[in-house]
Amino acid sequence: MEKVLMKGNEALAEAAIRAGCKCFFGYPITPQSELPAYLAREMPKRGGVFLQAESEVAAINMVYGAAGAGVRVMTSSSSPGISLKQEGISYLCGAELPCVIVNIMRGGPGLGDIQPAQSDYFQATRGGGHGDYRTIVLAPSSVQELVDLVYDAFDLADMYRNPVLILGDGILGQMMEPVVFKERPARQLPPKDWATTGKMGRQKPNVINSLYLDPVKLEEHNLKLFKKYQEIEAKEARYEILNGDDAEYFVIAYGICARIAHAAVEMAREEGIKVGLIRPITLWPYPKKAFEEVLPKAKAFLTVELSLGQMVEDVKLSVEGRAPVYFYGRTGGMVPTAEEIFEEIKKMRGLS
Amino acid sequence: MKMEIIMAGFGGQGIMLMGEILAHSAMLEGREVSWIPSYGPEMRGGTANCMVVISDKRIPSPIISSPDVLVAMNKPSMEKFTPMVKSGGIVILNKALIDERPARDDIKVIEVDATGIADELGNMRVANMVALGVLIGETGIVKPETVIKSIDYFLPAHRKNMMEINEKALKRGIAEVQK
Repeated sequence: MEKVLMKGNEALAEAAIRAGCKCFFGYPITPQSELPAYLAREMPKRGGVFLQAESEVAAINMVYGAAGAGVRVMTSSSSPGISLKQEGISYLCGAELPCVIVNIMRGGPGLGDIQPAQSDYFQATRGGGHGDYRTIVLAPSSVQELVDLVYDAFDLADMYRNPVLILGDGILGQMMEPVVFKERPARQLPPKDWATTGKMGRQKPNVINSLYLDPVKLEEHNLKLFKKYQEIEAKEARYEILNGDDAEYFVIAYGICARIAHAAVEMAREEGIKVGLIRPITLWPYPKKAFEEVLPKAKAFLTVELSLGQMVEDVKLSVEGRAPVYFYGRTGGMVPTAEEIFEEIKKMRGLS
Repeated sequence: MKMEIIMAGFGGQGIMLMGEILAHSAMLEGREVSWIPSYGPEMRGGTANCMVVISDKRIPSPIISSPDVLVAMNKPSMEKFTPMVKSGGIVILNKALIDERPARDDIKVIEVDATGIADELGNMRVANMVALGVLIGETGIVKPETVIKSIDYFLPAHRKNMMEINEKALKRGIAEVQK
């Protein structure tokens, strides 16, 4: 199959079209603007709709409309723009609408800067909007995985009638790597018989709504959502373990940070330090199973993030005090070198 | 085999494209590759750099902290990146815009008048291909004919008339280190 050299943002856009995305609504922001630019050029040629909205808030509500009509729809932005979309994401979850939301993270808080960051982890995994809801969060760490996870994102969204977030960062969006757009067998997905596409002879119209004034009804609705979230937690958590076979120490990192951590792990291996890497691919559901797998032999864990410590809370919730958990992070768009992480690995070994 | 390369210069010198062409050729030769641009608010006239990693194996980190090879197309780039170059590494300098030599004796420094040669060929903008020629001539990391294929891949249809001069520039660069 033909390999092409593509930027993360453009590869993601191409994968969305191939995954059957029919509508894109967005508003430009660095470092993800190549994504809407690609779709602006390609969508009209390939039977889709591209619309640059007047704001991020408008874009996410257009997503609500298109998803309600049963088509595959996507929006993308970077950190400050994703904050603006939070109200819409809460509504999409309440109304159980499938869609894909891409966040190519940059430094924050506020307008921050345009360099890579992972400081929206809490917002993505805890929900930056209001209410008892969850979104599936996928964290690719290469351009190829970005492409593969876009197909999965649309399938998961349709399967569970839920928004799926793709959490990337500035480097992943900007970098080029070879990718192959593999043909994938279509998955068996539930019919969208809930979509508001006309009554088609049915007696009752379909209604898309997140308002339940009767608390008895809302509790019922939320419990139904909760059951769905439990099913997702049981079935969809994903991770990769590298250099794990004889490892006694583990580094945990996701996205681009996992790539740098992997280089640090290889440096440590060259010096005979038995260290492995746990790379969560889903951030929600969090792959707790990875920790159960390694805990019998693990002496300590080191979480590395492009933030001052967000995912480390999930690591602690997974380890449950059974081994020490250390943290190292850079923030504000700064990126650690592999050497820096290697020093932290050596420190972890000394401390435990 | 693994080679980490940083290319740097002014915006407008074709730094990004030089890296893309190198990464693309290595991909055509069946290698694993990655390319990362510096990206910021700066545009033409500002500084630009890109990082290229070429390997036989899965590339752990695409981010380079100590390159095997540095291509510096202007003085600020030489000053910024030379200290990072691995001991025993190679630094390729565009002599036309750099009037100093780096103060290190553990690296191989290759000075080439990339801008001058490009100008002589008729277009200063192909200085990047002269430098790329020096890089592949010195390291043998990819074959010249693969690079020519990649140049063709990146040149848009309305710029195919630039093929010949780019090819000449690449070959002049190779000749600089193989003379």
